[in-house]
Amino acid sequence: MSTYRELLARTKAEISEVDARRAQDLSGAAWIDIREADEWQEGHIPGAVHVPRGNLESRIEGVVADKTTPVVLYCASGNRSAFAAKTLAELGYDSPHSLVGGFTDWKRNGGEITLPRTLSPEKRTRYSRHLLIPEIGEEGQLKLLDSRVLLIGAGGLGSPASLYLAAAGVGTLGIIDADIVDETNLQRQIAHSLDTLGTPKVDSAKRAINALNPDVDVRTYRERLTSENIDRILDDGWDLIVDGADNFPTRYLVNDASVWRGIPVVHGSIYRFEGQVTVFKPHEGPCYRCLFPEPPPPELAPSCAEGGVLGVLPGIVGSLQTNEAIKLAAGIGEPLVGRLLLFDALSTEFNEVRIERRADCPVCGDHPTITEYIDYVEFCAR
Amino acid sequence: MREVDATGSTVRELLEDLVSRIPALGSRVYGEGEIQPFVNVYVDGEDVRTREGLETVVRDTSTVILLPAMAGGR
Repeated sequence: MSTYRELLARTKAEISEVDARRAQDLSGAAWIDIREADEWQEGHIPGAVHVPRGNLESRIEGVVADKTTPVVLYCASGNRSAFAAKTLAELGYDSPHSLVGGFTDWKRNGGEITLPRTLSPEKRTRYSRHLLIPEIGEEGQLKLLDSRVLLIGAGGLGSPASLYLAAAGVGTLGIIDADIVDETNLQRQIAHSLDTLGTPKVDSAKRAINALNPDVDVRTYRERLTSENIDRILDDGWDLIVDGADNFPTRYLVNDASVWRGIPVVHGSIYRFEGQVTVFKPHEGPCYRCLFPEPPPPELAPSCAEGGVLGVLPGIVGSLQTNEAIKLAAGIGEPLVGRLLLFDALSTEFNEVRIERRADCPVCGDHPTITEYIDYVEFCAR
Repeated sequence: MREVDATGSTVRELLEDLVSRIPALGSRVYGEGEIQPFVNVYVDGEDVRTREGLETVVRDTSTVILLPAMAGGR
């Protein structure tokens, strides 16, 4: 049996304690703040990740996967962090260190601190299931709340995307669609309802979003995207585009504009039982024209009579798009850049093919040949 | 994604076999000895245009995907 003092002294003798200067010399070190949430709220060391002591064992491998990474642990005074350093050594970390004097000395010695922005109690409750995920947490949720996502289309793909983006707390959602809600939409376009039949889809979607999450600022554009209005709409400032258009001319307009402006596009398309999803991240991965340089001639695009779509398919594909959009907005995970995901609802199979950036791409290639918008002739591709 | 069987040891042989049995694929996928520009052909997940094109070798176990451009979102 030993007293707390004895245990602390023995633990400190076993672990590495470093002062602020030595800690800052540890190159590539991960800084972990193990204090309680209320202590973190009052300020922390810039760049530190908050992993409360009580969750340290369960969460640390999610935060610092490589156990050879040096880890600097700190608490208020350097005692809790000493025990934490011992725990990390037991978990197999090569180089855990406890910051002597903790945050109190850091601050007293004039160390830089960050005062975190925080969520209101209402938002903390609404987004609690996000906050519980270490990869998102409060920081990720704040990024979502700050993000601005533009949806092309409030139809099959736009319906689930708008609802899930709104539910996730994406702060500003723009929606472009010129259409009116009709009965044939209700088989799959779940943002609309009997109550909004005959009203513009953008208004109907806005109503559904507001009913779900009034935090979201919805900007509606009841118009068809063309070379005439695209710059005006994009000038409103968007971090990300979710493309759920229903025709080739719009797809190519969105692509060309997004490459020129450097806006990532989460692409989704559907036909009958099949869906395609990918992320076009300008200059980091391929663009739509790297995949398909030109639209097919109108006579070869599927005709309206041949069209049709399984109602749940846009739900699946639009949700996959939303997953990519949330990851991009929160800055987590591996987005579908350079990978085209193919889904077949009939066989319930996913396939993935690689898409490479083409040096001869007419828009994002080394010597672009397309430098202004092209209005392709409209043809039916539903 | 409908699955069909086709024979051939290269993409060209495979497409010619397919078109001989399903002539409508000629204009939509493979016409006049070329893969249509609005269609991509993948062998085991790789675009054949980034490999040996129509001469890309297809093994017995290969999966070949013919992917048309698709714009629907409604």
